[in-house]
Amino acid sequence: MRKLWQAVAGSDLYYHFKRDKVAIASFSTLMLMVLISFTAPLIAPFDPYDPMQIDIMNSDIPPSWVENGEEQFKLGTDAQGRDMLSTMMYGTRISITIGLLAVCLQLVIGITLGLVAGYFGGRIDSILMRIADIQLSFSTLMVAIIVLAIFQASLGADLYGEYALLMLVLVIGIAEWPQYARTVRASVLAEKEKEYVDAVRVIGLGPMRIMFRHILPNTLSPVLVISTVQVANAIMSEAALSFLGLGMPVNQPSLGSLINAGFEFILSGSWWITTFPAIALILLVLVINLLGDWLRDVLNPKLYKG
Amino acid sequence: MALLEVDSIEVRFPLREQEVIALRDVSFQLDRGERLGIVGESGAGKSVAAFAILNLISRPGYISEGEIRFDGQNLVRLSESQLSRVRGDRITMIFQDPMMTLNPVLTIGTQMMECLRTHRHLGEREAREIAVENLKKVRIPSAEARIDQYPHELSGGMRQRVVIAIALLTEPDLIIADEPTTALDVTIQAEIMALLLELCETENVALILITHDLGVVAQVTQRTIVMYAGRIIEEGPTRALIDRPQHPYTEGLIQALPENAVSGQRLNQIPGMMPTLTAIPLGCSFNPRCGHASDRCKTEVPLLSTDQDHRVACFWRMQQGAR
Amino acid sequence: MFAFLVRRLIQAVLVMFVISLISFSIQDNLGDPLREMLGVAVSEAERERLREELGLNDPFLEQYWRFLQKAVQGDLGNSYFFKRPALEVIMEKLPATVELVLGATLIIVTLSVPIGVYCAIRPKTWLARTLMGLSIIGISVPVFLTAILLIYVFSIHLGWFPSYGRGDTAMIGFWETGLLTRDGLIHLVLPSIALSSIMLPLFIRLIRSEMMECLEQDYIRFARAKGLSNRRIWFIHALKNTLLPVITVGGVQIGTMIAFTILTETVFQWPGMGFLFLEAVNRTDTPLIIAYMIIVGLIFVVTNTLVDLIYGLVDPTVKLARRI
Repeated sequence: MRKLWQAVAGSDLYYHFKRDKVAIASFSTLMLMVLISFTAPLIAPFDPYDPMQIDIMNSDIPPSWVENGEEQFKLGTDAQGRDMLSTMMYGTRISITIGLLAVCLQLVIGITLGLVAGYFGGRIDSILMRIADIQLSFSTLMVAIIVLAIFQASLGADLYGEYALLMLVLVIGIAEWPQYARTVRASVLAEKEKEYVDAVRVIGLGPMRIMFRHILPNTLSPVLVISTVQVANAIMSEAALSFLGLGMPVNQPSLGSLINAGFEFILSGSWWITTFPAIALILLVLVINLLGDWLRDVLNPKLYKG
Repeated sequence: MALLEVDSIEVRFPLREQEVIALRDVSFQLDRGERLGIVGESGAGKSVAAFAILNLISRPGYISEGEIRFDGQNLVRLSESQLSRVRGDRITMIFQDPMMTLNPVLTIGTQMMECLRTHRHLGEREAREIAVENLKKVRIPSAEARIDQYPHELSGGMRQRVVIAIALLTEPDLIIADEPTTALDVTIQAEIMALLLELCETENVALILITHDLGVVAQVTQRTIVMYAGRIIEEGPTRALIDRPQHPYTEGLIQALPENAVSGQRLNQIPGMMPTLTAIPLGCSFNPRCGHASDRCKTEVPLLSTDQDHRVACFWRMQQGAR
Repeated sequence: MFAFLVRRLIQAVLVMFVISLISFSIQDNLGDPLREMLGVAVSEAERERLREELGLNDPFLEQYWRFLQKAVQGDLGNSYFFKRPALEVIMEKLPATVELVLGATLIIVTLSVPIGVYCAIRPKTWLARTLMGLSIIGISVPVFLTAILLIYVFSIHLGWFPSYGRGDTAMIGFWETGLLTRDGLIHLVLPSIALSSIMLPLFIRLIRSEMMECLEQDYIRFARAKGLSNRRIWFIHALKNTLLPVITVGGVQIGTMIAFTILTETVFQWPGMGFLFLEAVNRTDTPLIIAYMIIVGLIFVVTNTLVDLIYGLVDPTVKLARRI
């Protein structure tokens, strides 16, 4: 552990990080949001999943500093009488979870296929890359909307709600693998030419071992840069899908579904139901994007372009 | 009056931690129609010197001191728009890699004619005529057809001919050629060099040729400058400089030429490496690699002697007396 | 050129085949077509007889072949809700969506190029810094939030623009347009801005970074050495090289934009295909869902091919036959 810390502290990345106020601010904000949302069950004033704590009589209460606001509901309540602050903490947790899991799935599929395509080349390579081409030419959001719409229509909204989280992760995860596959493949092709891979092969190590132990570590910096942006994109996609009613159900809301729920009431004056989750969502995506920009400037990897 | 007088130029590059001085106290002169070679290893500052003349040093580099008088006009003081009237008109350039110098998405004709239209304010048809004429001058076959082609449709040698044609378009007084043949196939190099020499002679254009190849310098130029770690260390008539090199570094360079190698023996290399600009040693920057270095060489910077035609910056040589 | 077209065609057929397969397999699984036709009060024997008659008991391939034949003729079945041919219903809504995309594209093209170029050639000025800062905020705000914000500020608060619908429209042949009436144009403003809100900063950033890369190239230095004016260097030498990669990215983004129309149309209740699609999903109107999928699939295939063609024509270094 101490070794790891020393490696981090001595790295270029940390050197640049210390000097960049925007990076520090974004990173702290992100960590704070992650911390608050993942400790929500411990620190949230209410549990929005517990029906005993929800009273429909408490619905539509404005934030505490507004007229008619109540002290116990700092940011007011939504149409079902849930405390906005607590619901948002839980919602942020769901949004971040989906974002991270979807990107993990993208990573696994993309890196594996990229390594395979780059290392073996030939027919496998050209078939995989052709599929990647076709998939890239379709927008993820479009595919996700159609796939999820079909599933929701065939399962029915209630049953679908139970599997929504899994479905979202799967759809966003599967649709975006080509990004990684192409980048990793390009890196593999470049690395393959270098002497050390030959040297390792001469020692007699198998292709799997060569790929995972020797080539993969060298493709990390572009993958890191893409991942940051991809987490932001996944969170955005999830929010969009939930906003359309194709994502998380109302009883288990993500930030997107909270905004969707509040949208109905914005005209009747209950602005807080939409506004607070919206701010949280924008802030979350913004800090991740800022970190992504910063990482790209510092690491400056060769990213695959169309 | 000389055509070009470079007077104690200094070029600096402000980097994150420190300011690097890429060129120190560089002075030389060039007469009309004269051909000057600047030689040195990569990183010696020869390209910076060439680009400094037209103030084209890549950012954040800048000329921090000195004057460059071209036909009596101080180029360092000119505004960007005044300078652009000299660039590409009276002074033109030839770059190293014709693959990178020509814009891939514009036809050769467009890239030639735009010079004439900018500097001569010619119409489309006249400009085209002159462009075709110049393509013929550099011996590009079927110039009328080639002019409408894109750079990628031409071979490397052909492309460099086009670049030379562009350099000649405005009948300039001076051409600055930065390693014009290094990016080309060895078989074509001599051909392009001969063409350049021939055209400079017939059109009476002065030439500054930047290269690391002493053989080319000997073939083309009348005077030569040797640069080392951002300074001029020797300057003289090309013939004299090659026959009787004064500076130990120049001597080393000439001995390292393959034709001076004794068969069966290793090539004569100068031991060590040229220092990077961030770590230039105290005193004469060549002293760690020099066999004649004295204590004085390690503390004091030798200046270029000013009196003779063949000048050298070396304490040892001054003590020994020129040979 | 010919080889390129053939390859593109094969790819298009492949994509459409996959879409048709998905369409066909959901056709049977989403809701029971018999119930839609007959209601519940029909005996089991009667149902079985009808199933046989309609060919619902035939082997899969036979049914799929019948579906394909009908689909190629434009017969995708009747919408359960509208009781009219699904394709007809979708095509009626196509103009609204196309005009929305057109409005957004206009905003993106006219703003992204000048702003992106400016930020590339004057990266250190405060204006460029501000614009780049705004652009990163821009890509972080989801389209539907921009849409809600626009409605809140410009229609509820200031009352400058209407908040929903297309307003008055005029018919030109079969095309129902909102571009010819003042009311229609006013209705188009907010949805177009909302739809362009993520794409615009994305393109500004893309153009800026591509342009900055171009300005580092040797041919730009050579152009300077030729004494050309800055304007010529920026707009002829650099911009042309900048826009080539932008075209490719732009092609992919058209697809994303169609996805965003669903969001925008939902917020503004814009009577286009996306809005219709979402309603169809909520009503489990399978023929409509299928019709939408096929139309969108076609749009993707056609635009991608067009973009590649344009790229091949604009970039002299690309021989179409060798690409893809």
